[in-house]
Amino acid sequence: MKHMGTMLMREGPFEEIVMGNTALVRAMIEAGTRVVTSYPGSPTPEIATAIRSIPRGDRPFYFEFSTNEKVATEVAFGAAINGHLSTVFFKSVGLNVASDTFVQLSYMNILGGMVVVLGDDPGANSSQNEQDNRHFAHMSYTPVLEPSNPLEVYLFYKEAASLARRYHMPIILRLTTHVCHAKEKVAFSAFTPLQPDDTPRFNVVGGPQIPLTEEALGKKREALRKLEEVGRTANESNLNQLVDNRNRRRGIITMGLPYLSLMDVLEKVSEKPDILKLGFVHPVPRKIVEAFVKSHDEVKILEELDDILEKDVKSLAYDAGLKTRILGKTDPETWIGEYTADKVQDVLNDTWPDMLGARHPAAVLPEVVLARPPQMCPGCGHRSAFHAIKKALSGQDITVADIGCHTLGYLPPYEMGQVMMCMGASPGIGSGLSLFNTSRKVVVFMGDSTFFHAGLPGILNAVFNQHPITLILMENGTTAMTGHQDHAAVGENFNGPTDKVPVRKVLEGLGVKHIYEVDTYQQSRLTERVETAVNNPEFSVVIARHPCMLKFTREARRKPGYQAKQVHIDQKLCNQTHTCVAAFGCPTFTRHTDGKVTINPDLCIGDGSCLQTCPTRAIEKPG
Amino acid sequence: MLKSETIGKYLMKPFNIYLIGVGGQGIGLLSEILLRAADYAGHRVKAVDTHGLAQRGGVVVSHLRLGDRVFSPLVQGGEADLVIALERYEALRGLKVAARDGGALVYYDTVWQPLDVRLNRAAEIQAADIHRVCAARGIKDYVVFHPALEDTRMQNTAVLSTIHKNELIPEIQEKHYKNAMEDLLQGSALKQNLKLFEGNG
Ligand SMILES: Cc1ncc(C[n+]2csc(CCOP(=O)(O)OP(=O)(O)O)c2C)c(N)n1
Repeated sequence: MKHMGTMLMREGPFEEIVMGNTALVRAMIEAGTRVVTSYPGSPTPEIATAIRSIPRGDRPFYFEFSTNEKVATEVAFGAAINGHLSTVFFKSVGLNVASDTFVQLSYMNILGGMVVVLGDDPGANSSQNEQDNRHFAHMSYTPVLEPSNPLEVYLFYKEAASLARRYHMPIILRLTTHVCHAKEKVAFSAFTPLQPDDTPRFNVVGGPQIPLTEEALGKKREALRKLEEVGRTANESNLNQLVDNRNRRRGIITMGLPYLSLMDVLEKVSEKPDILKLGFVHPVPRKIVEAFVKSHDEVKILEELDDILEKDVKSLAYDAGLKTRILGKTDPETWIGEYTADKVQDVLNDTWPDMLGARHPAAVLPEVVLARPPQMCPGCGHRSAFHAIKKALSGQDITVADIGCHTLGYLPPYEMGQVMMCMGASPGIGSGLSLFNTSRKVVVFMGDSTFFHAGLPGILNAVFNQHPITLILMENGTTAMTGHQDHAAVGENFNGPTDKVPVRKVLEGLGVKHIYEVDTYQQSRLTERVETAVNNPEFSVVIARHPCMLKFTREARRKPGYQAKQVHIDQKLCNQTHTCVAAFGCPTFTRHTDGKVTINPDLCIGDGSCLQTCPTRAIEKPG
Repeated sequence: MLKSETIGKYLMKPFNIYLIGVGGQGIGLLSEILLRAADYAGHRVKAVDTHGLAQRGGVVVSHLRLGDRVFSPLVQGGEADLVIALERYEALRGLKVAARDGGALVYYDTVWQPLDVRLNRAAEIQAADIHRVCAARGIKDYVVFHPALEDTRMQNTAVLSTIHKNELIPEIQEKHYKNAMEDLLQGSALKQNLKLFEGNG
């Protein structure tokens, strides 16, 4: 295998095993995309990893991580109305943040075209919900293409780009977690680098693009017209696929990963239903769907998450007066979770019990295996912080979590963070919790990337409306949970050095009067600071700072002369209070059946943040 | 182990591999080596790894599916011909959620205690517990453990060596594994890992 960046820039055709997210980047290059923006969130950050593998000078497009998804969408839009084909990508819930901008896109004449790549997350693998973003597509009159595997990610992006360019409109490429992360061999076409046209082609010849009053209605009319036109194209497109098993009794309409699951499940079936796999999922290709429905006695809509396609198909069948039985979702379970082959087998077994039979019982075995929820890493500054902050609060006090690695503090043994919604929500929620409340202190947490992303309005509101809560800003110098992307306080952006915007200065600028700063490894100091802060009758902020130790250790390992270090437990001094293993809770500590505690050599990074937690000082410094 | 009637340019029946470990153990590299080795051996192959939240000390899995008629990269419950685990608890989890009766399990016998054990709410399981489950289901278990490994990240290579020595994946030969390692590792890391791979896995 060649170096990824070299491979992605190859001019001749080639084959390589790649992830869906990597295949997407090759498609961007071949399509002539000029501007790509994002804010990190699973399942999409590996798209940026692939982009980063191409040295900046060779990269045929500009890329940035913007401060949030809304800004990323705006930057991509701005570039596109100057004539550059652009793309923005982010995770499912990112579209909630971007939506105010996003819903306007179809109203605009987007000169260069724009592709919006969404990473939806059925199964909520790495998200706070499993929202189905096709709803947003309907609301905003935006077409959706949905691939099922890396090859299709590559081909469908190129098609999306060409439609976006042709109709000067936004097109959604909807990916899901296991399409983004699937790996397989893909045959790529040749790529001919063209001399890009940098002319800023923005113009107001057709009038300014200001959707106000009547203009807004005119632009909506135009959006609906384009949508209909794309719908007609969809009828002719070979992105939709018919699997003709010569079954006139039963048919299935499906798309994306559920299609692959279905194909696996049908391997065991002799009388296979016909399958219509849609690549265009919005607007549905009416002619094709109508013909398919008409030619079967029963048609099952096999659809992950919500019943969007089902409603479309039922309504067009009604309009066409078709007698076919259309079988959609039944109980709430069919709305929930990823449509893996196991799930598809269960769903089909409910629909047509004679076809498959129930699943093999081997899948439900009696052994109990202990849960292993994600947890903070060895040495994590957030752990030290929670251990110390807990001592400053009473059991009655209320703690509000936000999004990021620190969210994991809600688990035992810390149990810090009792409610959480979405990025930047904690100061607002905490402010509401403080109303009429004089007996229970309110402490809210937030990470530093979140601070810049959506945290500022809630903080400003607490200052402006005088909410007496305490914000603990968990500053680890990176966007840790999503794989260490830089943010505005780091002094580095995707493309090189930039000025640091220190969080303290921002807080001061917002009018915060009481700011305390402490490194989280100084646990007793942090406890004191938090005590002071929560007793302050005005809004206060504690900046609880320590660099992300996962990032730090990874970087240290790469440097020459790196020596691994570990702490050690002096068994003579240890009197088995188990504070280290059960209260501080670093995963490095191993508890033996006789009560003895030892260090797991696979895990300890020798940071020493645990030393101060031992009442008998039995943990020794790394030697 | 699969017998010779499946040998040919392509396997007729899919061969499913389920890797499982704890976030931070470096399961991704092992699955990438297996994926590329399978490709070198002429298999058609699909795979998928866990990314995101679970990588922070949670359960991480990789699926690998070899064969001509494979569609989704995800292995169905109870259909893994080979379960590869990098930790003892995860070996048990892999048996529960993925292993097919009569298949095989290879695991590295280290323990990263789950929270409930560290909080003294549950007792630690033993290798014997795993053997018992395997024996009851006709699953052959291979236990890997190297007390003297310099770098814990090489535990994966010790596991790979066992897979190869026991020919647990049809048609993948020594040269295929080595080609894959050469693709993905460099310098002294490559040297050390090749040495361990060729050694007494
Ligand atoms: C709207 C939105 N965008 C992106 C994400 C993905 N996401 C999950 S955790 C996280 C990291 C937040 O970073 P930071 O606030 O610095 O906390 P850390 O993980 O570094 O502790 C992000 C971006 C999300 N959940 N919601």
